[in-house]
Formats: sequence, C-alpha cells, structure tokens
Amino acid sequence: MSRNGPLALIFHTIFVIVMVAPILVVCLVAFTPEGFLSLPTNGFSLRWFRAIANYPEFIHAFWVSLGLGALSSLVALLFAVPAALAIARYRFRGRDALAALFLSPLMIPHVVLGIAFLRFFTSAGLGGSFAALIIAHVIIVFPFALRLTLAAATGMDLSVEMAAVSLGANGWTLFRRVTLPLILPGVISGWALAFIQSFDDLTMTVFLAAPGTETLPVRMFLYIQDNIDPLVTSVSACVIAITMTALILLDRFYGLDRVLAGKGDTGR
Amino acid sequence: MSAAAEEPNTRAPWALTAPALMLFVGVLLIPLAMTVMLSFHDWGQYKGIEPVFILKNWHEIATDPYYAEMFWRTFRIAILTTLLTALLGAPEAYILNRMDGRWKSFFLLIILGPLLISVVARTLGWALLFGGNNGLVNKLLMSLGVIRSPIPFMFTETGMVVALAHVMMPFMVLSVWAALQRLNPQIENAAMSLGAGPVTIIRRIIMPQIMPGVLSGAIIVFSLSASAFATPAIIGGRRLKVAATLAYDEFLNTLNWPLGAAVATLLLVALVLIVVGSNALIERRYAEVFR
Repeated sequence: MSRNGPLALIFHTIFVIVMVAPILVVCLVAFTPEGFLSLPTNGFSLRWFRAIANYPEFIHAFWVSLGLGALSSLVALLFAVPAALAIARYRFRGRDALAALFLSPLMIPHVVLGIAFLRFFTSAGLGGSFAALIIAHVIIVFPFALRLTLAAATGMDLSVEMAAVSLGANGWTLFRRVTLPLILPGVISGWALAFIQSFDDLTMTVFLAAPGTETLPVRMFLYIQDNIDPLVTSVSACVIAITMTALILLDRFYGLDRVLAGKGDTGR
Repeated sequence: MSAAAEEPNTRAPWALTAPALMLFVGVLLIPLAMTVMLSFHDWGQYKGIEPVFILKNWHEIATDPYYAEMFWRTFRIAILTTLLTALLGAPEAYILNRMDGRWKSFFLLIILGPLLISVVARTLGWALLFGGNNGLVNKLLMSLGVIRSPIPFMFTETGMVVALAHVMMPFMVLSVWAALQRLNPQIENAAMSLGAGPVTIIRRIIMPQIMPGVLSGAIIVFSLSASAFATPAIIGGRRLKVAATLAYDEFLNTLNWPLGAAVATLLLVALVLIVVGSNALIERRYAEVFR
C-alpha cells in the first residue's frame, strides 16, 4: 500500500482545518463571556446558553422541528417501504420511471419546491399550517427513506421468506415477522437520515412557515437576517451537537459512507 | 413472494407503489404544474394575482437586463464553486484513499459529517470568520503574507464562493471517493514497475479513471450551488441577489408571485437541461467506465 508524501499530508491538514474551522468557530464563540461576538479569550461562560431560555421563539421552533422531522420521516417510510419492496423485487413496466419520480425531489431545487408548495397549500386553504409542513417534508425526505430501504430490500435473502411461506406464513404475518425485521436496519437508518434532512431544511421551509410553525433553521435564519450576536451561535452549537450525536450513532450502526452514498452492501 | 418475483405479476408492484404514486402526483406534480401556470398570470400592486394567460413576466425577464445580470451572477458563482470543489476535493479524496483504515474512516467522518450539519450554522461560521475587514480569515492571510490589504468577503461574490465551496465540498469528495473505490490498485503498481513516476501515474493512470467521478460530483455541486439559498442570503446580504434569493423576495416581500414563479420555473428548466445534457455527455464519453 502506497503512502502519502509530506506535501500530500500538508495539503490534507490544511483541507481538514478549513473544513472544520467554521463549525469550530461557531461552537467557540457560543462560550464567550462577553456581550458581543468574540472568541472566548478570558474564560468560558454558559451565559449565552442560558440566554436561550429567555427566547421562547427558539424553544418553540426547536419542538416544531423535532415533531416535524419525526413525523414526516415516519409518514415517508409508510409510503416508501411498500414502494421499495415493489421496486426491489419486481421487474414491471414503468419501474424505472417510478423510481425516477420517487427520487426526483433530490433533483428539484428546494426553492422551486418551496414556491410550488406555497402556491398549492395557499390555494388549498392550508397556508402556514403544520399539516402543510408535514406533507411538504414527506416529499423532500422520501428519496432518502426510499434509497436506504431499497438497499436493504435488494440485499435481502429471499430464501428466508420462502422458508416462512413453506411453514405456512402469509401476507401480513410474513411481512411483520420475517420481511420487516430483515430490512429493519435499512428502515431505521432511512428514518434517521430522513429526520436529519427534515430537521435541517431551510430553503423550502422558509416559504411555508408562518409565525407559530417556524422551524429552528427558519427561526435562526430570520434572526441572522436582523443581527448576528452570540445568542444565535449558542443555538447553532446546540443544533451542531444534536446532529453530531445522530451522525455518530448512524456511523456506528450503519456506516456513514453507506448512508451518504446510498449504496447497498459495498465496502465493510 | 419470491415465486412471484420470477413470473410476471402485474398487479402486486402497482398495488405496493400506488400510495406513493398518488402522493407524488397529488402533492408534487400538481403543485409544480400550478407554479408553471402561475408564471403566466398577471399581477398588480392593488389587484393582486389575476388568473389570465399573458407573457408579461417572461417578457420582463427576457428584456430587463437586471434579470440577465442576476442569472449570470448565479451561474458564475455556481461555476466557480464547482471548480474550487473539484480542484481541492479530488486530490483530497485521493489522499484519503491512500490512508490507513482507521485514519481513513476518521477523516472521512470529519469531511463528510458537515454535509448533515445545518447549512445555517455552517454559513454563520463563515460569517464569523469573514466578519468585516479585520475578520479572522483576513488576519491570518495578512500575517502569513499572502495578502497585503484585507479582501472584502462579506457581501461579495468571493465570500459566497468560498462559503458555498465549503458547503458543497463533501459531495465532491464523496463522488471522487466512489470512483476511487472502483479503481484497481494493481494498475498503479503495474505502472510503477514499468518505470512511471508519481506525476505520470497521477496524470496517465489515476486522472482518466476518476474523471467520471469528478464530473458527476461537478454536476451535483453545480446544480445545488445554482439553486442555493441560505449561503447567498446570509453572505450576500440583501443587495447581491441570486436566483433563489430573488424568488424568495418576490414571494415574501414584493408579493409578486407570478414573477417569482417565472424566475423559479426558468431556474428549474435551466438546471434540468444542464444536468440531463451533461449527464448524457459524460455517459457517452466514459461509456466504458460505467459498463
């Protein structure tokens, strides 16, 4: 196995520093004891984390984001699991077109989706409602839920199902007792990735959210538009911490490269 | 179940995909069609949206140089971002791939992880680093002697490109990484045994084989950068508009929805044409790699 030369390692070090710097600086500034934006040079302070408690908008937005992410990912899976099983197991006319349609939200700019949903839900009388946000998020997280479920369903050993059928299992029992447990790792990872995508979306949600249904990224964005102060860095630090935890769990249980590349059983 | 997989069963797959299909037709295709239709409607300050069929918005976009400039800026930023990610991301993916197992997965996590961290938080980080003329980036560059006077990053295209390249970098690294996994390391050894130096190996052996990965990464980065919203809005401020931030303004500030819909439709059509076109070109050019 060939090794990297010193030049390559210097390049690599600078690259990694640049990749980490903006995230690190947000987390550091969040601990400043000062009343303005600065790196904590004389001591760390949690005052800006405590200050979040005085802004109920951020707390409320956090719960909206959490509920929205959890619910929309779950609903997306209810639609995605049967679709993934069909696409993984059957060769039927229109299969490729269907798969392309289901993955299309990845291709369509989120700003276009935001506009389309704003127009659609306003004329349906649902403008600014939580229901509208759920439906819109189901569409944008669907490709992620589908891809990971599809990878699990494609890699599944069908002879286990055949054995179950030969022992008399059928229909719902077969799905609940045999198929679902076998594809569960893919389904759970699909849910987690879908959750993160929903939790982070700004571009589409900013069109749909109204006061009361603002998600955390939307609240943060609107806050930054007015002024940047240490408060928004401490909120960001919390968001980063939550995402990192989810990320490490995902990596442990499934492998981050597999999740992100959306590939089946490559590597490992 | 598996017996059904072999014999042509036309009902089961459709029954399984029907709910998702209805969902997508009902709340994706119909809203998109409504948006395209909206772009042909009329709008006035006092009368609001009038559901008639006119080409007013499209005519305005085609003739007013403001829109040409805005779209040109959007695509210029996207092209520069793509170039920057390719120039830095491809070598980094190659270096990563040559590392030992443990380090490899550690740095892969560090570099790909930001992909899932809120774009708002990452852009906020750049806003802090740029921060006016005495921001950290400028201080560092000046103390290293790279530049004499501070470069303005905030509210400039330079700043937007740097921050966007950071946001998009994981996509490029991932894409080149995937191409490197298909590469047979023995070919490199074979070239070495035949007397090729490291530069020749990279230029003649590695580059041609990872090019499809670089190009497909470039397509992803380009289309995401051209439609990016958060980074241009925060770094670019209110004056330096790109397509996504302009559409946002038309919808939520000016309330001229038909014009905003026309901008969005044009962005969507342009991106679909560019992406589909370049995908076809790449597949034709590198047909043997994908086989």
